[in-house]
Formats: sequence, C-alpha cells, structure tokens
Amino acid sequence: MPSRVEPGRVTRRDLLGAAGLWTAGLAILGSLVGLMRLPIQRVLPEASDRFKLGSPEEFPPGSSKVLQDQQVLVMSTQEGIAVLSMVCTHLGCVVSYSGDGFTCPCHGSRFGPLGDVSAGPAPRALKWLEISLAPNGKLVADKGREVEPGSFFQARGKA
Amino acid sequence: MSEQNMQAMWRNTLALPGNLFRSIVRHGRPDSARARSQAVFSNLFLHIHSTRIHHRTLRFSTTADLGAISASLFLILTGTGIFLMVYYKPSVDGAYDSIKDIHYVIPTGRLTRNIHRWAAHLMVLSVILHMCRVFFTASYKKPREFNWLVGMGLLVVTLALSFTGYLLPWDQLAYWAITIGANIAASPRELTDALGMTAWFDPGGFTREMLLGASEVGPEALIRFNLLHCVILPIAAVVLLGVHFWRIRKDGGLGRPHQEVTPAGKGAAVSQQAGPAPVSTDSANKTWGLMALVPGRSPAADIEPSETVPAWPYLLRAELLVFMGTMLLCLVLGIFFDAPLKVLADPVHPENPAKAPWYFLGLQELVSYSAFVGGLFIPAVTVVGLGLVPYLDREKEPAGIYLDGAHNKRIALHSALFGTLCAVLAVAIPVNFGWLRDWFPGVPQLFIILFNPGTLLTAAYVAWSLRVAGRTGSTRSSAIALFTCFLMGFIILTYVGTELRGPNWDFYWSRSDWPVH
Repeated sequence: MPSRVEPGRVTRRDLLGAAGLWTAGLAILGSLVGLMRLPIQRVLPEASDRFKLGSPEEFPPGSSKVLQDQQVLVMSTQEGIAVLSMVCTHLGCVVSYSGDGFTCPCHGSRFGPLGDVSAGPAPRALKWLEISLAPNGKLVADKGREVEPGSFFQARGKA
Repeated sequence: MSEQNMQAMWRNTLALPGNLFRSIVRHGRPDSARARSQAVFSNLFLHIHSTRIHHRTLRFSTTADLGAISASLFLILTGTGIFLMVYYKPSVDGAYDSIKDIHYVIPTGRLTRNIHRWAAHLMVLSVILHMCRVFFTASYKKPREFNWLVGMGLLVVTLALSFTGYLLPWDQLAYWAITIGANIAASPRELTDALGMTAWFDPGGFTREMLLGASEVGPEALIRFNLLHCVILPIAAVVLLGVHFWRIRKDGGLGRPHQEVTPAGKGAAVSQQAGPAPVSTDSANKTWGLMALVPGRSPAADIEPSETVPAWPYLLRAELLVFMGTMLLCLVLGIFFDAPLKVLADPVHPENPAKAPWYFLGLQELVSYSAFVGGLFIPAVTVVGLGLVPYLDREKEPAGIYLDGAHNKRIALHSALFGTLCAVLAVAIPVNFGWLRDWFPGVPQLFIILFNPGTLLTAAYVAWSLRVAGRTGSTRSSAIALFTCFLMGFIILTYVGTELRGPNWDFYWSRSDWPVH
C-alpha cells in the first residue's frame, strides 16, 4: 500500500497530467496578475500641480487671500509668504477660512490660523505648499510638494 | 407530393402549437402532486425552489417575506436601471444634463428614476432587516453557515451598489461622496503616516488610485464608478443571489424547529390537514435517479411529506404577491416623492453639511472621529465578526424561533439597553466635553486612532458580549448580545448623523437651530 513513508510509484501519465494541469493553472494565474496592471495608468491625465500665484507685490505683508479655484490660502506676513492647501487632511473636503482658522464642513475638523489641527478627526495639519520664483519674477506654488509648516518663503531679489 | 404526405403535413401544422408547447414543457397540467413537482423540477428558473416546501415557510411570521422583498427590489432595480441606461451618459459633461433630461423631458423618465431610487433605499433597509430576521431566529446555524456568509457578501454588494449609484448624477452629493469615499479608501494612510511607513507601504494610496484612475476625482472616476454600478457589482449580485437561493434548497429549506408542537397539543400527530394541499400519494412513481447519484444528505431529509406542500402553486403564488406588493410600494413612493438632484458638482465648494444617504450616516458619524477607524476598521471588524458568528456559535438550537427561550429574550433586551446607552454616551461625551485633542493638545495621532469614541464603543460591545458569554456559558447568548448591541449602535449613530448633525458636523437638537448664512 502506498503511504507517506513509502509512497507508491507515480506513473508517467499521472506526472505529465499533473504537470500539464499546474502549468495551465499557473499560466492563467500569471496572466490575471499581469492584467491587474491595467487599471493603474502610467501617466495620469491631469493638469500640472504647479500654478502661478502672481507677483510678490500682490501679497503685501499682513494680508491673506483665498484662491478659491486652486483651493489654497496665500498668507503673507513679515516673515514671508506661505501657501496653505485648503483641502482637509481628513477626507478631502474643502475647508472654509474665517481669519482665525479653518473649518471643515464634512466632519467638523478645525484648524488654527497656521493650519494646525485644533479639533476634530483630521490626522494632521493642513499642507504647506512649496513656493518658488519663476524666471519672470512671479510666484509659483506646487500642490505636489510640501514644505514644513511654518517655513515662509522670502521673495529675495525684490528688496 | 402525394396526397398522404400533404395530409400528414396539414395535421402536423394543426398540431404545431400543442407540439411546440409540449417540446418546451414536458409535463402535463400541474394538477397532480407529481405534475406540480415536475413543473418546478424541470424548469431551469423554478428549480431553484424545492419541489415541496414545509408549510411553515409560507407563514408571514417565519420570514416576514424580507428575503423575497429584497429579491423583488433587486429585480425592480435591474429593470428600471436598464431603462435609465438608455439615456444616461457617463461623462462629466453629460451626466448631470442627462439626469435632468430623464427627470424633465423623457416620457416616464421621472417615474422610472424615482422608482429606482426608492427601490434602492428600500433594498438596503430590507436586506438589513432580513439579516436581523435570520440572526434572531438562529437560522444561520449549521448547515446554513455558508449561506450566511453569502448573505454577508450580498449585504456588502448591496451597499456598494447604493454607494456607486448615487455618484452617477454628478451633482454635489455625488462629487463630495466620491471624494470622501475615495479618501476613506486611502485612509490606511492615517495609520501608515502615524507609523511613518507610507513612503514604502501605501495600501491606501493604491486603493484610491484604483478607484479614481487619477489622483483627483474626475472623468476617470465617473467611468469607473459607472462600470462598477452597471456591470461588475450587478454581476456579483446575480451570482451571489443564485448561490444564496440555491443553498436554501440544498440546506434543507428554511430553518425550522425540529419538532413542531402542533395546535392539537404536545405529542399529537401532525394532522393531515396541517397543510393546505393534499399529501403526495404517488411516491411509488417518484424517480430518484439524480438523488441516488448525489452523495451526502438528501435535501429533504427530515421533512415529513405530510408537513409539506407543493411549491407550485403555493410558494410561487406567495412570491408573486410579495413582488406585486413591493412593486406597488415603489410605484406609490415614486409617484408622490421625487428623487433629489442637487446642483451640478462644484469641486470648490462642498455643501455644508455634506451628508451621505441615511444608511451611511452612522458611518459618517464614526468617520468624524477617525477616518481609518470609522471608515474601514470598524466596518471591516463588523462584517468579519458577523461572518464568523455561525462558526463560533455552533450550539444546537431549533432554528426558526425568534430568540428561543425567555433567557435569550432577556439578554437581547439588556443588550439593547446597554448598546443604546453606550452609543448615546459615545456621542454625548465628545459633544459636551470634547475629546483627546481638546484635553491634551498635541496628543500623537496614533492615540486618537486607538482611543476614539468609535473604538471605545466597539470595545465596550465586545466586552459586554464576552461578559454574557462568561455568565451564561452560551455562545448563542453571547452572539445575541453582540448583534443586538451593534444593531442599536447602528440605529443610534444613524439617527444622530441624520437628524442631530448640522453645518460643520456640529451638534444641533433641531434643524431649525442651524445657523443661517
């Protein structure tokens, strides 16, 4: 009797049959796994994350301006200029700005004037976006790049 | 052609309708018990039923017809859905306008859309109630564990169908729901961020990109949700429904007590008049060909012939009545109450408050404590926990009786009170006293993920259920405690999310207290 200790002879037919079955199975599985690449695109069909803010003079120190279409707040202080993303870090609703902080309409997150979480479910502070100076002297912000909260941008060369 | 051939041809032509019918339906008129069985057994669509059913199956109190209502609603949704697809354009530019066309221009379009919407709401409700019925009558027990799992799958598919459905009009509700939904899918980031491993392990971002086909909600997302709603999820639902129905028959019909006490008194023989139909007398003629080949239990193992009635016509008639009643309800609701359509999607201004449909408002309440815990972790724990119930609770118990025994009824009552109290506290404490972030500013995010009203509520429910298990030594009692608690939690949180939350998700006792701006 064949057993685990003394296995019986595997016939050529069984071996070839099993090999064929496993080959077919692995081929189908492999193709399916390969096809799972399909829903993930190589290039995302989207506008650039970089957008123009305008020239630094448009943001005098002490002013703040909401750019509704870009969903950002441009804040200008003596230390420099900062661009805060107004997309809630909780679930992506657009927060509203009231001078002394931000409020999210969807799940009630609240942020302080510098974007720090003061209440609610938001896991982290609002994003501070990277600012750079274009060759023509205009400010450019990038939604894809973050900087440390509290790092203001100094538009040098102007002064 | 000879005279004879002509005559034969004429005779055959005259007999054509009868022969055609008999080639399709191979049995005679369903007036004998045998022909009635054949009518069901030899029809591809009807044979999903048993040929004979226990007469208890037909009683309203056994099932409250909830499964049949859910299935009817699914049929109604498929029909109206196909009609809506005639005009619906799944593109960001066309979607909203095509819904407006359906509503205002296309003949019967408004009624069709209203019925589709009402049937969707009713289906979520009836599926949940159906689950409660099956749970409280202990009908999930062996041998029906697998069908309970299939039912869990159907619950998830039903909710997914509803969710993907209300995104398609591309109005404000659609846009912000899709945004929130996609970000909930991405919310494992909350945990991976807190652990500082998002850079090399980001399941949240991956799922989000799979759903949206982009990094923001846009045209790609609408096409994907349309594909899910109109193709993938309906196919999944049909396959699961087929298995679900078929397993009812294979698992021996609906769950029922093994020894039913008849009205004649304990121990009395079941009366011949118990069922509305004559008892089958032609068992000698019955062929067992297929049965003999199939190993294992016979599907009708413990049914006395005298307790059963033929599915044709009794069950089919009942099903038709349920379908017609359901259709009537949808029709009346559709005539009198229009499906809402908000203003066109505005990616810059979310609504305030931005609320999901009622069945997700309990979740929205949980999500307002923590996205990952409320949106993914607790729902996943709930579904997995529900699925495990029949495998953890294997006590033999007569199925088909609501909360068998005074003991279990008391546990259900106590659990309902406990569940309600905890859910109310979980809302009332943060509303009145704030939460960790208000008490200890700068508390690490990981603490908020671990200790928020949602996780504590879940923990309280689990602890309560374990305590019941310890005191009673019964897994069934423990399961009743847990299920009842979660049910009450669901109801309370849904109510709070629907009625008591206003702008900025602040707490208001009444809608009239909402600030006007």
